[in-house]
Amino acid sequence: MSEIKKSTVAVIDYGMGNLHSVAKALEHVADDNITVVVTSDPAVIDAADRVLLPGVGAIRDCVGEMYNAGLVPSIRKAMAEKPFLAICVGIQALMSHSEESKGVDCLNHFQGNALFFGEKHKDYDGSKLKVPHMGWNQVKQTIKHPLWANIPDNARFYFVHSFYVVPENKEEIAGTCDYGLNFCVALARDNVFAVQFHPEKSHKDGLQLYKNFIQWDGKP
Amino acid sequence: MGLAKRIIPCLDVDNGRVVKGVQFLDIRDAGDPVEVAKRYDEQGADEITFLDITASSDDRATTVHMVEAIASQVFIPLTVGGGIRTCEDIRRMLNAGADKVGINTAAVFNPEFVREAAERFGSQCIVVAIDAKKVSAEGEVDKWEIFTHGGRKPTGLDAVEWAKKMVEYGAGEILLTSMDRDGTKNGFDLGVTRAISEAVHVPVIASGGVGNLDHLVDGVIKGKADAVLAASIFHFGEYTVQEAKQRMTDAGIEMRL
Repeated sequence: MSEIKKSTVAVIDYGMGNLHSVAKALEHVADDNITVVVTSDPAVIDAADRVLLPGVGAIRDCVGEMYNAGLVPSIRKAMAEKPFLAICVGIQALMSHSEESKGVDCLNHFQGNALFFGEKHKDYDGSKLKVPHMGWNQVKQTIKHPLWANIPDNARFYFVHSFYVVPENKEEIAGTCDYGLNFCVALARDNVFAVQFHPEKSHKDGLQLYKNFIQWDGKP
Repeated sequence: MGLAKRIIPCLDVDNGRVVKGVQFLDIRDAGDPVEVAKRYDEQGADEITFLDITASSDDRATTVHMVEAIASQVFIPLTVGGGIRTCEDIRRMLNAGADKVGINTAAVFNPEFVREAAERFGSQCIVVAIDAKKVSAEGEVDKWEIFTHGGRKPTGLDAVEWAKKMVEYGAGEILLTSMDRDGTKNGFDLGVTRAISEAVHVPVIASGGVGNLDHLVDGVIKGKADAVLAASIFHFGEYTVQEAKQRMTDAGIEMRL
């Protein structure tokens, strides 16, 4: 029998509020060999086996706090070498730039921008669509990926956001959604995966995505 | 394919127990909030809302523990309202595991609080709860006014104008309760629901008066609500959330089944 190694998932805390739900959902699907730590310590992030970048609130504050807390080098290092998952505003933080708050430069891991739906967003038939895009929408899996394992195509996930990402390289798109337009809600490149929705609020399919993440070896 | 309309069971919680009053009288015990929340989660509820009606602030600690317990076991969005007056109250509820907070009376007395809360925590977690009553007589142009104190005190504020103002101040969602319908089981006030939903760009949750599943359908189709909230029809086993979703699907509404 091979030796069972304990592995650590670091949830990055950059002072933007509630990470309780993310940590509880990871703990819910983790077995005894997985430790979930919520941390703002670069050393802990560097030592972790997997890293999750949550995102809450405004993008300017998010990216600003990542820099202020001295976490950006550890985030870049993690994205270069181990399984890495970004959620909600986290996916926007990985883009080049966001339109939010009069324009914010982001981490530029994925080339492309985060754009505003607009307060006058409309459906294909011209009827009004509410912004934020809030609630359960269907996610089309546009590639095969270990993080989609055991999740049906077009499963519904919980969203709450007013900005959406537009990557330059369409081959990086892992999932899409429809809300007056077809837009990217999941990005994948090598060991990095990012989603616009909240897996921790998306019931069994969301928990399955977290389960897939804590078992993922980082290979696409 | 697209965004589903939502069903949100609401739990009125007093000192750690689920209760439901009929127009705030005749309060009936409806169980342990953690158990009730798990049951709704299993039935397919899209979110759960708690309204803390605990009178004394000492007992608020009970609510915080309850939210913590539920957030560890139920992985759908949770909203907590009732007694949210300061940013510290919001921080406490979000840290306990709530995803959104409902601000009601405090918004009426201090609208700047909504702006401050949205700037600090983001609009996505700020739900402004509006208690409206119809004040126009039959034959007059429809008019609804904001009331406080469980529907007893008029404020002179026009409900539609107030909703628009709250969205300008940063509300990410509006929870609209018709105080003349609440607890009556006669259905939502569809007029005010539609007027507000058409006036704002954020989602509107219809509340107050649900007595059967057709009322939920009407709330979405005629009232243009983005979500419907109900309490007693689910608490006492008249209908399950699943049955409600099926009925709405049959009526042509996109739901998460």
